Amino acid sequence: MLSQVWAFLFGRLSFESLPFHEPILVVTFIVVALGGIGLVAALTYYRLWSYLWHEWLTTVDHKRIGIMYMVLGIIMLLRGFADAIMMRSQQAIAFGGSEGYLPAHHYDQIFTAHGVIMIFFVAMPFVTGLMNYVVPLQIGARDVAFPFLNNFSFWMTVSGVVLVMASLFIGEFAKTGWLAYPPLSGLDASPDVGVDYYIWALQIAGVGTLLSGVNLVATIVKMRAPGMSMMKMPIFTWTALCTNILIVAAFPVLTAVLALLAADRYLGMNFFTNDLGGNAMMYINLVWIWGHPEVYILILPAFGVFSEVVSTFSGKRLFGYASMVYATVVITVLAYLVWLHHFFTMGSGASVNSFFGITTMIISIPTGAKMFNWLFTMYHGRIRFELPMLWSLAFMLTFVIGGMTGVMLAVPPADFVLHNSLFLVAHFHNVIIGGVLFGMFAGINFWFPKAFGFKLDRFWGLVSFWFWVVGFYAAFMPLYVLGLMGVTRRLRVFEDPSLQIWFVIAAGGAALIAIGILAFLIQLFVSIKNREKLRDTTGDPWNARTLEWSTSSPPPEYNFAFTPVIYDSDAWWDMKARGYQRPLDGYRPIHMPKNTGAGVILAGLAFLTGFGLVWYIWWLALVSFVALIGYAIAHTFNYDRDFTIPAEEVAETEHGRTALLGAGA
Amino acid sequence: MASTHVASSEAIAADNSVPVFYLTEEHAHAPGGATAFGFWIYLMSDCLVFASLFAVYGVIGGNFAGGPGPHELFELPLVAVNTAMLLFSSITYGFAMLAMEKRNIAHVQGWLAITGLFGAAFIGIELYEFGTLIAEGATPQSSGFLSAFFLLVGTHGLHVTIGIIWLVTLMVQVRRMGLVAANRRRLMCLSMFWHFLDVIWIGVFTFVYLMGML
Amino acid sequence: MRRFQFLLLLPLLAGLGGCNFVVLDPSGHIAAEQRDLLIFATGLMLLIILPVMGLTVYFAWRYRHTNTEAEYDPEWHHSTVLELVVWAAPLAIIICLGAVTYLGTHLLDPYRPLTQVDRDRPLPEGTEPLQVEVVSLDWKWLFFYPQYGIATVNELAAPVDRPIHFKITSSGVMNAFYIPALAGMIYSMAGMETQLHAVINAEGDYEGFSSNYSGAGFSGMRFVFKGLDQAGFEEWIDAGRNADEALTAARYVELEKPSENVPVMRFSSVEDGLYNRILEMCVDPGTRCMSETMALDAQTAAGGREVALALCRSPFAIFNNDEAVVGRAKMTPIPATAETRLRGFSLATPSSDVRLTDARTDDDISNF
Repeated sequence: MLSQVWAFLFGRLSFESLPFHEPILVVTFIVVALGGIGLVAALTYYRLWSYLWHEWLTTVDHKRIGIMYMVLGIIMLLRGFADAIMMRSQQAIAFGGSEGYLPAHHYDQIFTAHGVIMIFFVAMPFVTGLMNYVVPLQIGARDVAFPFLNNFSFWMTVSGVVLVMASLFIGEFAKTGWLAYPPLSGLDASPDVGVDYYIWALQIAGVGTLLSGVNLVATIVKMRAPGMSMMKMPIFTWTALCTNILIVAAFPVLTAVLALLAADRYLGMNFFTNDLGGNAMMYINLVWIWGHPEVYILILPAFGVFSEVVSTFSGKRLFGYASMVYATVVITVLAYLVWLHHFFTMGSGASVNSFFGITTMIISIPTGAKMFNWLFTMYHGRIRFELPMLWSLAFMLTFVIGGMTGVMLAVPPADFVLHNSLFLVAHFHNVIIGGVLFGMFAGINFWFPKAFGFKLDRFWGLVSFWFWVVGFYAAFMPLYVLGLMGVTRRLRVFEDPSLQIWFVIAAGGAALIAIGILAFLIQLFVSIKNREKLRDTTGDPWNARTLEWSTSSPPPEYNFAFTPVIYDSDAWWDMKARGYQRPLDGYRPIHMPKNTGAGVILAGLAFLTGFGLVWYIWWLALVSFVALIGYAIAHTFNYDRDFTIPAEEVAETEHGRTALLGAGA
Repeated sequence: MASTHVASSEAIAADNSVPVFYLTEEHAHAPGGATAFGFWIYLMSDCLVFASLFAVYGVIGGNFAGGPGPHELFELPLVAVNTAMLLFSSITYGFAMLAMEKRNIAHVQGWLAITGLFGAAFIGIELYEFGTLIAEGATPQSSGFLSAFFLLVGTHGLHVTIGIIWLVTLMVQVRRMGLVAANRRRLMCLSMFWHFLDVIWIGVFTFVYLMGML
Repeated sequence: MRRFQFLLLLPLLAGLGGCNFVVLDPSGHIAAEQRDLLIFATGLMLLIILPVMGLTVYFAWRYRHTNTEAEYDPEWHHSTVLELVVWAAPLAIIICLGAVTYLGTHLLDPYRPLTQVDRDRPLPEGTEPLQVEVVSLDWKWLFFYPQYGIATVNELAAPVDRPIHFKITSSGVMNAFYIPALAGMIYSMAGMETQLHAVINAEGDYEGFSSNYSGAGFSGMRFVFKGLDQAGFEEWIDAGRNADEALTAARYVELEKPSENVPVMRFSSVEDGLYNRILEMCVDPGTRCMSETMALDAQTAAGGREVALALCRSPFAIFNNDEAVVGRAKMTPIPATAETRLRGFSLATPSSDVRLTDARTDDDISNF
């Protein structure tokens, strides 16, 4: 009787679900709990709850949402990297009969969580955050097309994050690898909650990602300032447009395929089962039809960042703007024609394999053209080696290696010997760290002064840069070598002692990267501390080219007091060159959206629904889902969503800036 | 929209050596100006969910696991009636939109109610069909074919259900607030959604039912 | 291909004599061809990668802001010639690599029976390949030798220079069958059969393993692949024949249960048709084999109304190997043709995949 009540109330959740027997997790939990308590105490002590709620959590301002995405990305980078360090150290010591320090049960969760977190909850928030922050400013808009939806998208992503983090301390995460291939992820081979955490975390976060994609596509297509035709859009906006089109056209497939996996696991259906007519190969196809475009979702905005940075710091117009745009569009289209190269070894025919191999290689043509365009942007330039430019140069040198190994893997017979090997692992870290992550650091260093009004500290930036770059090479070049020695991925223990030295080097590289991450955090801290010294009052610290630099740093909540008119793809450069005079009067009242807590509440309910589903707590899932729908409907009854900033307030803000500019000059 | 601005600002620019770099009047994108476009983008993404489900049905729709197939299970007359319900509901929704253009609240509400009833009838018939199949032992668990069938048709049905809930919500909102711009926008979005579901159903009817029976 | 062989020295230059770059220095013909293709692709791409890297460094240095000598042209952003070059150069490389890829993919298709013993020796007429049926289990490998009637676990052997024809399936989750020294990998999947043709050219003990993560015991899913001379191979077969145990269906069911780091096992004989029952997922008595199910489904699809209705009315019948029902179904087994790439429940038999392989056998192409 009691057990039935328990099962009703808590589903399959029990005290055994809490990992008291795993010392690593207990210590982690204590640290996280102490940190959390400390944070709550600090917020209470400094009476910041109200500020946090009214100014940040409920904000619909794209700039603040963008910043929150970046903070989320940084926090999750620490989690994902902790996983990486554990894997590297396990593989460095598990030789000669040693089992290392991680049992399979733990190790298998770690590499799965590492992949999931780094892609979905580090790279995606970074990319989305940067686009959120920069795109409306670059196109001269006051906000995104659907500001509330933007807030909701962010909180849905957070909801997914919380679900993944909950799996650390309540139950377990998936032990299937980051794409959860069935039949391994099916109920027979994985009866535990891990895969369910995986499914619902990604489904909830996926809603956020998809809506954010819809939002930014609509923003870019509909909200550009007058005069900004498609071929006058800054390249970062172009790449953002293509990325969001990819999001809109790829994430539904992930949603569908995870829904089918959930149907298999929860309803006993037979989509990917071995018997009764299921077909696991269908999952692998579908998940990569999402998965390959996802790669370009991540890298295209980074390409956009590099385009802005290289052109700005070379003091020169971007070489081959049109061919850059076409290259981006070609990559966007081709992204859908290559998915099968992720499983050449599944037994498809030589014609099929060679088709997908060749389409994959074709992507390197527009990518190569982009590389040359950056190169010729530097040609006849005046290159200032500020931090963003250093990251871009490191990218150019690193990414070509990743591109080359990528094309090697695209040759099916070569893939037969390298697939699933550490060579592959090295390749995709080469392009994701060397491309996406370097791009994000370039972007953070580039736009930070815009977002906060002061530059980031150069010394600690350099420390972070060098440790990251050197650490990357030390960590991943050995993996290329190991791949050529036929070592496969996701192994927990090794027999051949001659391999160990390479794993030790790789672990050393990971330690260097750890210092790079630490230096980045110190860079943030030192910069905030010395913000008055690093202050930029001009709004244009880099002598940059696009519209976001025409407004103040940080921009006012309405971005632009007057809607800009654009004549050139480098709009701000053009304005500076042609004697633009900042307007000093004639301000008008500005219409803006109101903040709302609905996003937080809806995402909270989504989390409870997901948690209920993971643990088979059906009443919780049902109640919170109904509440979710009900609250969403109730929210639509609120017709009073806008307010007007009076002209006097605008004037006051703008006069403040006039004074600053005067003082600076 | 953008082009007119360029024209006007360039006209101004022609008079001066320095072009006009900003609009002096508030350049308001009409509130919700991007809503129809954004919603259309969303529908396209939803369309891809269905595309995936159709693809899945295409791949495993012939895996009966030794069990029954479309010939044994589908009742075309019932599905034809069901299809008619949904098609009628699309027409009546069209009438609601026409009434909206004329700002005739009573007619809008009337047509919406009829649309909702047709939708409910559709869902009712679908549930009856599902119930019959499950009672015969053709459950979603019995074969890949039935899993794909139930999930594809069920997802469409779920969308129609959401559409009905949305429709009822809108009827309440129209009664409270009248045909204000926000409500007209919402009615238009639901209109797109409803017709979209109709198009999807035509796909389901053709690929699942008709081609299964032929 | 030979002109690129100097590149094989590259790893040696690293001064790492103790390391075994098995992918770059394999002992099987197929793996060697795959390695050649890998190195060819690398060399081709270095043609463009190295200049790009060099120019990046050079431009960054040359046009540094402190170098006021260098030309500065802030508005220069277009050159038709250069843009043609930047698109055409990668295009040319990719056309070349694409052509090689197309040929290589067809010639090294794992389903293609071998025509060469190694680069220089064509396969003698009438050579009968060694047949090996491979099953990946949780977490060990089971090998059947249908020509010799024996089976082994976690040990595989083949005579040098005799082609091997692997047929590969899985008992449950997906794995990948990979012996780096021999040939590239291929997935093993339950209810489906993949194939691999390969040959080993040197004696020795080589490492084989699963290269697709398959759960807790994955790390220990290793086996030894022995390349033996003819006498050694016969001896090895005899050792198998003299083993104590026979592999019956019941023994298989026991073997199938998850276990880790499994030592080598030998079975002196194998129950008839066991591999096929594993492939068709009907080892358990009372489960219907997939070919029967597929025949039933084919009839259902064709409108076999009566049979299916009978099945439908007794829902549990479909899960039983009910003689009566199957009898009425007038089962027609689906012949496994040579063209069948993947045999499997959910897979239609692929029609005619264009196979270069059958059309061409001349050495020039296979050695391109």
